[in-house]
Amino acid sequence: MSDLRPSLDTPDVAAAEEVVAAEATATGVRTQRRSPAAMAVRRFKRNKVAVAGGVFLLIILVLALFAPLIAQQSPTAVDLGQIRRPPSGEHWLGTDASGRDVFARLLYAARVSLLVGVFAALVSVLLGTVIGAVAGLFGGWVDTLLMRTADMVLSFPPIVVIIVLAGLLGPSIPILIIAIAATTWPTPARLVRGVTLTVREREYLHAARVAGASRGWLLRKHIVPAAMGQIVVVGTLLVAQAILAEAVLSFLGLGVQPPQASWGNMLNDAQSLTVIQSMPWLWLPPGLAIAATVLAVNFVGDGLRDAVDPRQSGRS
Amino acid sequence: MDDNTEPLLVIDDLAVEFRTDEGVVKAVDGAAFTIDRGEIVGVVGESGSGKSVTAMSILGLVKSGRRVRGAIRFRGRDLGTLPAKELRSIRGAEIAMIFQDPMTALNPVVTIGRQIVEALRLHDKRLSKAAARDRAIELLALVGMPDAAARFKQFPHEFSGGMRQRAMIAMAIANGPSLLIADEPTTALDVTIQAQVLDLLKVAQQETQAATLLITHDLGVVAELADRVVVMYAGRVVEQGDVTTVFTAPRHPYTVGLLESLPRLDRDVDELHPIPGSPPSLLAPPPGCPFHPRCPLARDRCRTERPELRVVGNGTAVHRTACHFAEELAAVPTEVTR
Ligand SMILES: Nc1ncnc2c1ncn2[C@@H]1O[C@H](COP(=O)(O)OP(=O)(O)OP(=O)(O)O)[C@@H](O)[C@H]1O
Ligand code: SF4
Ligand SMILES: [Mg+2]
Repeated sequence: MSDLRPSLDTPDVAAAEEVVAAEATATGVRTQRRSPAAMAVRRFKRNKVAVAGGVFLLIILVLALFAPLIAQQSPTAVDLGQIRRPPSGEHWLGTDASGRDVFARLLYAARVSLLVGVFAALVSVLLGTVIGAVAGLFGGWVDTLLMRTADMVLSFPPIVVIIVLAGLLGPSIPILIIAIAATTWPTPARLVRGVTLTVREREYLHAARVAGASRGWLLRKHIVPAAMGQIVVVGTLLVAQAILAEAVLSFLGLGVQPPQASWGNMLNDAQSLTVIQSMPWLWLPPGLAIAATVLAVNFVGDGLRDAVDPRQSGRS
Repeated sequence: MDDNTEPLLVIDDLAVEFRTDEGVVKAVDGAAFTIDRGEIVGVVGESGSGKSVTAMSILGLVKSGRRVRGAIRFRGRDLGTLPAKELRSIRGAEIAMIFQDPMTALNPVVTIGRQIVEALRLHDKRLSKAAARDRAIELLALVGMPDAAARFKQFPHEFSGGMRQRAMIAMAIANGPSLLIADEPTTALDVTIQAQVLDLLKVAQQETQAATLLITHDLGVVAELADRVVVMYAGRVVEQGDVTTVFTAPRHPYTVGLLESLPRLDRDVDELHPIPGSPPSLLAPPPGCPFHPRCPLARDRCRTERPELRVVGNGTAVHRTACHFAEELAAVPTEVTR
């Protein structure tokens, strides 16, 4: 949580372009016709850890999607007669301080946590891509203005910004998503700007202009595709950061509000020493869910990074 | 819209400058020539004479350069005053360009087919993907690409240099331009395939009936392909006219120099006469005739008075030169032939 922005090396479009050419040549005639994306997928599949992470996320996703079918209990039904009961045949993971079924809440919370994580990362990446590309393509004062703004955003501790935003506008899921995106967009923006600056000097971009392309066309057909691999990588790593951010904020009561369950606000109950020491079913499941999911997303992200730009593998 | 009283393209007193740390580079300084519908015009001149800058000016895409003077009219419309959107609709559709190095002018991570499809769809938003694909394969076949449908799916690096240039030509003629600009289209290619690509250029030109501006260092190519020739020196047009006339009876000492520096079958290597000296600085071009420091005919008038392009000769075709003493060259019979 200390830093929401994954650090990334300056994108090396030239290297990526060369790799595409070199690999295609090296792999011989039969596989020559692979697109850069297809080759990246192939490299990703060779990475066991990343694939395991992906499989784990897929399982979590299925559990979240089919929560109503899997959970036998309602995630919000309060039963004051059954408070903080340990796991049993009826309540597989026990009950919380309001007598709600922890297992059901865990599954429904996965929906919220994944939704916030994915949407916050999507909004952040979209915002960052547009800002970065505009900055790189227009240059001049537009570039200066946008990049100084990015620097400013980066110089605020994100957690403080989010707390202020959530405090001002009231806690809700959309505010959470906006707050996370608003503090993380500089990372994809810098990345896309870097790619834009490199691609801008390419002769093929000049050739596209000569062929009548507008800036919007250059963006869609040349710049975004060139940055896509790295955008996906940053986006994935941002998902992990956003899931963590959701957990922290909800834990602090600034995120998802009860009775709706999220992994973060499920940890809310675990604020006393007694609970931590003697009622592990209250905090262990959401805690493990957060840790495992974030780890899995990061594994996938690292795998994607290596797949997108094999020259960077080994670097962290 | 089409103004038929005027040639297809009119370049009138064009001047383009670049601001650099050393000063203002006058890359083009009063260039003027025209291109008629369907004709091939060769532009020759030493490196740095302003050929490429002139070509890019037509498209309004001189990187970091500034047009300080002159007009470029295409089909009667002044390209310099057109709104950006209209200019874009002309680029690639009515005026298309073939680049010197197809490897760098093509996006390395996009298939050849898709690049042609996009060139088509850029100017015809209603064209369906399937129709664009068919048309692209047709174009590849037209430029002599064997197995066009399979080639469609390949990336530029899977093509040989000659094949890439064929694809580039296919892309250039995709939208049926009325003007093709080819800036040294064979310089980056193997000598063995240069001739093939030039033949193809000729085919493409006949197919589309597009007028062609062919920039090259190779006078032989001009002699073979072009109808007319424009000779540039230090950002100016110093001579222009019908290819046969200019090459057999040049009326500018610089053109004579260019022709004499050509290796020829009927002449020994030691008879080659490269033009002595080097092109003038474009930061501070010499006063008067820019060629005077290197000209064997130079005299006082040349150092002070700038020669303007004027009509010479008695032929039927218009032959122009920018030399005060062009008539003296007429007395010297030139042995240069095509
Ligand atoms: N972006 C630029 N900035 C500064 N000077 C430039 C720039 N582009 C071209 N020039 C200068 O303008 C002059 C004309 O350049 P141009 O590229 O038109 O020459 P050219 O006739 O095409 O030469 P070549 O045969 O080598 O291609 C050169 O002296 C060149 O150095
Ligand atoms: S004007 Fe003078 S210097 Fe220039 S080309 Fe003619 S003779 Fe030579
Ligand atoms: Mg040039």
